[in-house]
Amino acid sequence: MDTMTLDAAGQTAASQPESAEREAVDTNTSKTVGKPFCDDAKMRMRNVNVFYGETQAIHDISLDIGCNEVVAMIGPSGCGKSTFLRCLNRMNDTIEDCRVEGELTLDGEPIYGQKVDVVPLRARVGMVFQKPNPFPKSIYENVAYGPKIHGIARRRAELDEIVENSLRRAGLWNEVKDRLDQPGTGLSGGQQQRLCIARAIAVSPEVILMDEPCSALDPIATARIEELINELRENYTIAIVTHSMQQAARVSQRTAYFHLGRLVEVNDTETVFTNPQHELTEAYITGRFG
Amino acid sequence: MQTSTLFALLLLLILVAYGAGISRALTVAHKRGGLRKLAALPGYYGSYTALWCGLPALLLLGTWLIFDDAIIRALVMDRIADKPDTIAGQNLLYAQIQNLASGRLIGDAAPQLQEAALQLNRLRTGSRNLQAALSLILAVGLGAFALLRFSPELRAREKVEQVLRWVLLTCACAAIFTTVGILLSVLFESLRFFQTVSLTEFLFGLHWSPQMALRADQVGSSGAFGAVPLITGTLMVSVIAMFVAVPVGLMSAIYLAEYASKRVRALAKPVLEILAGVPTVVYGFFAALTVAPFVRDLAASLGLQASSESALAAGLVMGVMIIPFVSSLSDDVINAVPQSLRDGALGLGSTRSETVRKVVIPAALPGIVGGVLLAVSRAIGETMIVVMAAGLTANLTANPLESVTTVTVQIVTLLVGDQEFDSPKTLAAFALGLMLFISTLMLNFVALHVVKKYREQYD
Repeated sequence: MDTMTLDAAGQTAASQPESAEREAVDTNTSKTVGKPFCDDAKMRMRNVNVFYGETQAIHDISLDIGCNEVVAMIGPSGCGKSTFLRCLNRMNDTIEDCRVEGELTLDGEPIYGQKVDVVPLRARVGMVFQKPNPFPKSIYENVAYGPKIHGIARRRAELDEIVENSLRRAGLWNEVKDRLDQPGTGLSGGQQQRLCIARAIAVSPEVILMDEPCSALDPIATARIEELINELRENYTIAIVTHSMQQAARVSQRTAYFHLGRLVEVNDTETVFTNPQHELTEAYITGRFG
Repeated sequence: MQTSTLFALLLLLILVAYGAGISRALTVAHKRGGLRKLAALPGYYGSYTALWCGLPALLLLGTWLIFDDAIIRALVMDRIADKPDTIAGQNLLYAQIQNLASGRLIGDAAPQLQEAALQLNRLRTGSRNLQAALSLILAVGLGAFALLRFSPELRAREKVEQVLRWVLLTCACAAIFTTVGILLSVLFESLRFFQTVSLTEFLFGLHWSPQMALRADQVGSSGAFGAVPLITGTLMVSVIAMFVAVPVGLMSAIYLAEYASKRVRALAKPVLEILAGVPTVVYGFFAALTVAPFVRDLAASLGLQASSESALAAGLVMGVMIIPFVSSLSDDVINAVPQSLRDGALGLGSTRSETVRKVVIPAALPGIVGGVLLAVSRAIGETMIVVMAAGLTANLTANPLESVTTVTVQIVTLLVGDQEFDSPKTLAAFALGLMLFISTLMLNFVALHVVKKYREQYD
């Protein structure tokens, strides 16, 4: 099956690069198989290249992330999925000699460029990290941090409300409502990660990026976070990097498979796991390598 | 035999023993069929033999050298009939005998002394010969003993490492005992001081004038030992220094850790650390010759009276001296804040300065406070700059433009030159030293405690 037929079959057929027509199912990774684009894209990435000094970490990746959609990014270690994720809110800016090329937009507005201010961008595109990283402050202060720096709440009562709402949405309120003044670092790993999610929600972002949010957690805490991701999808667009294929299958609508800095295949999650189009994807999900 | 020759000979013997141990081990191993048949590597058998050969002999030599003079002196003095009563007189007499013995005293001396000198020379030669013979016999004997005891089953490595552990322990103890010794000597001299001057006068007296009269009717004969002016002077200079060092040091640390590119950092950090390498004497004359006159002129142009040696000048220069201390400690602490916290703050849309102010610095604060307290204890103990730039008069004042004196300066002036060591004047130095020691000890203690406590809470 070639990519065009897939596109025709898919409901969200987008304009496909011409060269993809000629491509058959094989081990070639220079073009993406499947449907990387969608109609109601929240974020559009076109021909993204990322370099660390002389080394190229990302090769010519194009991908859309749709509104209220969870996109999972999977692939073997070092395949560039985290690097790509960090491009989406310009976290790579903090790394010296990291260079990002290509066209990246949020709601059609470019996110890279001289004129773009990175601060509001990051308020709109929040991030949750691999290791829970609560600030060494109280639980309340952790959640209130974002609204405070962005001046979202004018009065204390408003701030209290934001904190409570965020903690509720992150499913943490009942566990911590009596000890909001205790240090966030005193919570368990799973609670810390939910605190970090609450902290990200508190600035009401439009997109949430999650970089292996469950890799440091036990299965029960992981299940809670996954449940949470399913609930959050109603209000937010989510991109999640994960090493667990089961997790990708459970939480995402579309799954992107990365391999050595290239985007090999993107498709509806079900299709990727039941009927992968690309040989490398198949090899990875059946556990032949990775 | 000269001690140095003996020493060289012993070293040579140790080397020989080491070689003999190795070759013995190798021969046996060869006969048995391979190094695996030995309980340890040949090198350890070498060290084992060398330790048996060298350690007891060197210990003997060391003990001998420490006690031999005292014993000889006791023997010589024992034979002299009419000794002087005082220790000073006895010292003088013995020095005379020593000079006579080495032929430096020309002229006639009492026959009794002549005889004592001869005896001294005899004892010295005998002692040296005995010492050489004993240590050589010990070295050769024990070395041979170790070689004879050699067997492939001997666990030489464990034995050698045991000895090494003891050597290391001894070195650690030496440092600790030195500290305890210094503390005790300061303590006992201070106690002697407090027998003449009461503790309350020392701690709460407002007047400092450490003079002791030689005659009762001397002008200004009444000494005063109130340390309050010294303490306030020290505090004033230290506070001024911290006002310079903390903001500048902290901000330069923040710049280096958070903002500077790798290139700037690689250049700026060593340059900043050169500042720490400038000898305090150099800072001292910089303070006295450049900064103090500048402060005085500046004050004059503002219509203020400033003395040519002022607390302000000394404090400013001391602050500059402490900058690298504060900045490199803070830099370490700031760098130790995990990158994940910065990422977390940036990911929420903080600007760089918000990240630094609201996340990095609060997380690093305990370490920074600890570093600042350590810097304070350095400022209090600093001597050279204040000696040159702060002045010597003990003023009880709050005006930084006046000259003040500090605890360290007074210790220096009390002990410079020839002093008799039993007058309250010199003993006062020990009391001041004890006070300084206790206060810096407490500061360090608090600093370490603060660092530890908050670190536990946050990690």
